[in-house]
Amino acid sequence: MEASNEVLLKVDGLVKHFPIYRGVFQRQVGAVHAVDGITFNVFKGETLGLVGESGCGKSTAGRTILQLYKPTAGHVYFNDIDLGSLKAEELRKTRRKIQMIFQDPYASLNPRMTVEEIIGEPLLVHGNASGKEIKEKVAELLLQVNLNPAFASRYPHEFSGGQRQRIGVARALALQPEFIVCDEPISALDVSIQAQVVNLLEDLQEKFGLTYLFIAHDLSMVRHISTRVAVMYLGIIVELANRDELYAEPLHPYSKALLSAVPIADPVFEEKRQRIILEGDVPSPVNPPSGCRFRTRCPIAKPGLCDVSQPEFREVRPGHFVACHLVD
Amino acid sequence: MPDALLEIQDLETQFKTPDGIVHAVNGVSFNLAEGETLAVVGESGCGKSVTMLSVLRLIPQPPGKIVAGEARYQGKDLLTISDDEIRKVRGGQIAMVFQDPMTSLNPVMTIGKQLAEPLMLHLGMNKQQAADRSVELLEMVGISEARSHLKDYPHQFSGGMRQRVMIAMALSCNPQILIADEPTTALDVTIQAQIVELVKRLRQELGMSIVWITHDLGIVAGIAHRVLVMYGGYIIEEADVKELFAHPSHPYTLGLIGSLPRVDGNQKDRLFSIEGMPPVLYSKPNACPFAPRCKYAIDHCWKENPALVEIQDNHKLACFVDVKTGRAR
Repeated sequence: MEASNEVLLKVDGLVKHFPIYRGVFQRQVGAVHAVDGITFNVFKGETLGLVGESGCGKSTAGRTILQLYKPTAGHVYFNDIDLGSLKAEELRKTRRKIQMIFQDPYASLNPRMTVEEIIGEPLLVHGNASGKEIKEKVAELLLQVNLNPAFASRYPHEFSGGQRQRIGVARALALQPEFIVCDEPISALDVSIQAQVVNLLEDLQEKFGLTYLFIAHDLSMVRHISTRVAVMYLGIIVELANRDELYAEPLHPYSKALLSAVPIADPVFEEKRQRIILEGDVPSPVNPPSGCRFRTRCPIAKPGLCDVSQPEFREVRPGHFVACHLVD
Repeated sequence: MPDALLEIQDLETQFKTPDGIVHAVNGVSFNLAEGETLAVVGESGCGKSVTMLSVLRLIPQPPGKIVAGEARYQGKDLLTISDDEIRKVRGGQIAMVFQDPMTSLNPVMTIGKQLAEPLMLHLGMNKQQAADRSVELLEMVGISEARSHLKDYPHQFSGGMRQRVMIAMALSCNPQILIADEPTTALDVTIQAQIVELVKRLRQELGMSIVWITHDLGIVAGIAHRVLVMYGGYIIEEADVKELFAHPSHPYTLGLIGSLPRVDGNQKDRLFSIEGMPPVLYSKPNACPFAPRCKYAIDHCWKENPALVEIQDNHKLACFVDVKTGRAR
């Protein structure tokens, strides 16, 4: 399915800080700046890949978009409805259209519920389907994710990691959502199983016209599945562009370094490959660096500029956004 | 192979579990040459870690048991020498780096103490010498202001720095062989790239042999000279790294390489996926363990488990089928 120009989800200046409390009186002494002002659109039918290293805030971004965390500031519009302004009951109704697939297929399924109860629960909570209808629907969903409907009465521990992730996918599909946040759905799986799940996600997207926000740290998998890709670093999006453009010609020095760090399964290519090796680690999000957040590890940072002002997230080419002073 | 440093012959390891005996490693033989980097590749549960842990006798016994095999190193069989002797080899001549740097360092001991321990134990250094050598080691793995870090505890270090400390510790007694068990799996890509570069540099400086256990074929392509692909406790393909990637011949190897999207050019529309999942072997198979997932499988594959045979120089294969023609080879 081709992505359209119709905006399904609009994220505007989204901020999520987690307060840090210390001492006997539990005073707030600071905050983890997990997500610090991100703005982007997700178009109907596309897959937006959100990549970054651990601690960059990509998962928090996903959860805040779903209002699983209350945003500190900023807005999320889904079909032009401001999710933050909705009352609890209205939000619950809107959530039918927005679902999530979690990273850990072992932790995200209740071990005491059968597969049928797990997949049927959203139907029970949101619909007024009868027991028989739910049974039929669960069987249909299991078929859609290539699992045998006869497994419905089994418990999660009887399944392998890949099969469990399929159950998670079936649960997310139960309410016929429009938008699914996939939070590292394959990183806990073995290589050969990863491909199975990714192919399944692509098939389902085609079939139901789904829109995905695909959060991952595996850049090659993100390249495979995404229409557009956003790169996050320390709470902000540093670059957002069409997949092919971003991978062929990354503009932000962080995206460049990130891409050059990914190993490629080709020994001949690896032999003559030039790598940009970043020094040091990602700084703490409690005290992010002044100015540009990447400047402490940036190979081209300019003193007097990059440490003073935070670069604006601007469109340097049509559809290609970068937050860097030194890109023109 | 002229000067094999380590020679593994017919290694078999089993684990007793409530569900029966799991055959984790089923007669694995390979050599490690001097200065060579050998990658052992496979998915979780294929026996790649257990193989190397067995060589150093680090598997918990019971429930684990090394039931057969030999591991020749410097004229001795590591599997039968006394506990005292193997302890000298471990950490001394053969060192190991583990996957998770968060859990393999002692959280209540300072970095300095943990680094000094093997130095005092294996090399008989006194405290001062050990501290000086620790500083040297930390600098070698790229930790700046090393002396001030000796009094730090592991929780004060980031994941990448902890893995550097683990490597420093492994290198402390100038080992001949370094066994690295998924050393970068828990790390981010930019940090992973730092560690891989570090190991490459150290390999050149110190001239050691490396066994790199991983599931990531990308890393294999960048660091290994030779590759063993394992499945269900067997080596199913063994070749030089370039040969393996240019002519993967086992359907499983082919599937593994095909299931990887590439970060540069050459996009495939659809990923190749291997249906089903890796087996847990409760008995030694009398068919090819990969046959249930193999789309090339022929009748013969269900009747006999193929042995690892040389199909050309430096390329061994355990498969009855020629994947190019789809017929028996």
